[in-house]
Amino acid sequence: MTASTFLLDPTAESSPDRRERLSRPKDLDGLTVGLLDISKARGDIFLDEIEKHLTGRGLKIRRYQKPTFARVAPIELKQEISTQCDLVIEALAD
Amino acid sequence: MERLSDGFVVFCKRGCATCIMVVPVMKELREGDQALTIYTQDDPAFPDGIPGVIYDTELERSYHLHIETVPTLIRVENGEEVARAVGWNRAEWRALTGMEVLGEGLPDLRPGCGAKNVEPGIAEELTVRFGGVCLASRRIESPQLEDDVETCFARGWTDGMPVVPPTEVRVVRMLEGTTRSPDEVVGVIPPNQALCTVEKVAINAVMAGCKPEYLPVVLAAVEAACMDEFCLHGLLATTYFSGPVVIVNGPISRAVGMNSGINALGQGNRANATIGRALQLVVLNVGGGRPGEIDRATLGNPGKYTFCFAEDESGSPWEPLSVERGFEEGTSTVTLFAGDGVQAVFDQLSRTAESLVRTYALCLRNVAHPKIPMAADAMLVVSPEHGRIFHDTGWTKSRLKDELDKLLQFPGSELVRGAKGIAEGIPEEMEAAMLPKFRPGGFHIVYAGGTAGRFSAIIGGWVASGPRGSQSVTKEIQP
Repeated sequence: MTASTFLLDPTAESSPDRRERLSRPKDLDGLTVGLLDISKARGDIFLDEIEKHLTGRGLKIRRYQKPTFARVAPIELKQEISTQCDLVIEALAD
Repeated sequence: MERLSDGFVVFCKRGCATCIMVVPVMKELREGDQALTIYTQDDPAFPDGIPGVIYDTELERSYHLHIETVPTLIRVENGEEVARAVGWNRAEWRALTGMEVLGEGLPDLRPGCGAKNVEPGIAEELTVRFGGVCLASRRIESPQLEDDVETCFARGWTDGMPVVPPTEVRVVRMLEGTTRSPDEVVGVIPPNQALCTVEKVAINAVMAGCKPEYLPVVLAAVEAACMDEFCLHGLLATTYFSGPVVIVNGPISRAVGMNSGINALGQGNRANATIGRALQLVVLNVGGGRPGEIDRATLGNPGKYTFCFAEDESGSPWEPLSVERGFEEGTSTVTLFAGDGVQAVFDQLSRTAESLVRTYALCLRNVAHPKIPMAADAMLVVSPEHGRIFHDTGWTKSRLKDELDKLLQFPGSELVRGAKGIAEGIPEEMEAAMLPKFRPGGFHIVYAGGTAGRFSAIIGGWVASGPRGSQSVTKEIQP
């Protein structure tokens, strides 16, 4: 029988952290909803519609935009959203 | 390791005829005034009849003393080597030992044999064991009854094609291709934002099938891919076709035998194929960028296995891409371009630059979509038969770019949504504008290909080209 060979791990040898998701609010009363446009084509049109619906229900809306869909959101933007909103809706695709 | 004993030290093995021949000489030395230590490499009973022989079972002593040939005679004073004779040379052995009579009756000269510690396969094992190379990566045992190649598949380490199993011996050999330390960080690889060391690049280069001499090119490619302007994260994640296209300039491309000629963008050249593949394996394995997970490409393109070629600088009518991008002539560089597949440009009848440039313009208009300007960059690969036309006409690369720029301006009315009966297009409010196909700096020209064929190639760029997405980047290749 041949001896086993040893291979060197080509990966980063990291393992994912598991975090619980924040629980969803029971209802939206009194909450501030952020609408994030990631700068994909026509994301604004989709969010305009969402805004109309939510405003009609008396919710407070804040609009945000990523500079480009191709890059992760800047930290400042993430902080802005997390400190100003209770939840966020993102228009992800075109 | 213990210090060497003072006196004479001989390294020998039974499998060497010269060693057998000098056994009487070793006996003479044994009977002389000075101490003699004999290290035997292959048989503890050799040389017969001489007591106290040390069997260098692990070849550790041989490795540390860099013994390349047996017999080797060394004189040691105060634990340090002061003289060495390699093979049998009576005059040398006499001079080294100070013995006027030694090896009488033997031929004056006989070359030795290769030492056991430098035999192929053994040398690398010894480097792993005694070379002081400190590898940090986890060692994974490949099951005894499983093919190592299958282990690599089972662990998800491949791009779909078999990889070379990254054994310690192979990785240590790969690391000999660079002067950089294995623990040096090369960059942070998306999407997992994982720190990537020289060692991890070397492991993936082994798997890709690289030779050690390619490693500096792969390292530079990984560094370039990690530059913020290149936006590797977005490029990986996009639904679009693109992936990194690697263009190598400078003397290293010729030194490692890269192809810039016939079939330069195709298969068949080990350096081209494996350097591009190594970069993609780093993204897959170190960054965790897997198709179907973070890699969301709708269709992808075959260049995502590997897309790497060299520019034909000696045949080019123009300055190399690297020089155009600010590096000195003779500097070896890697340029990365976020590109997709190859679009053919067929023009066998143009004999003037004015005609050929119009062909180029017509074909270039189609990058991504004929009605979409300034979204995707492009790279034009001009082949020799087309290049000669510009050379003969005296068009510089910048003249060609200027002429193309003039031909690639379009009125917004042709490009807006709905124009030509096509819904795709730019917003209606841009109808009155005159728009260039490519953003400033978004069009590149390189020279490569075989000498027969009036063809060129367009490599279309990512539709998120430029500061909002990916800009091409160049890195100097360091040893």
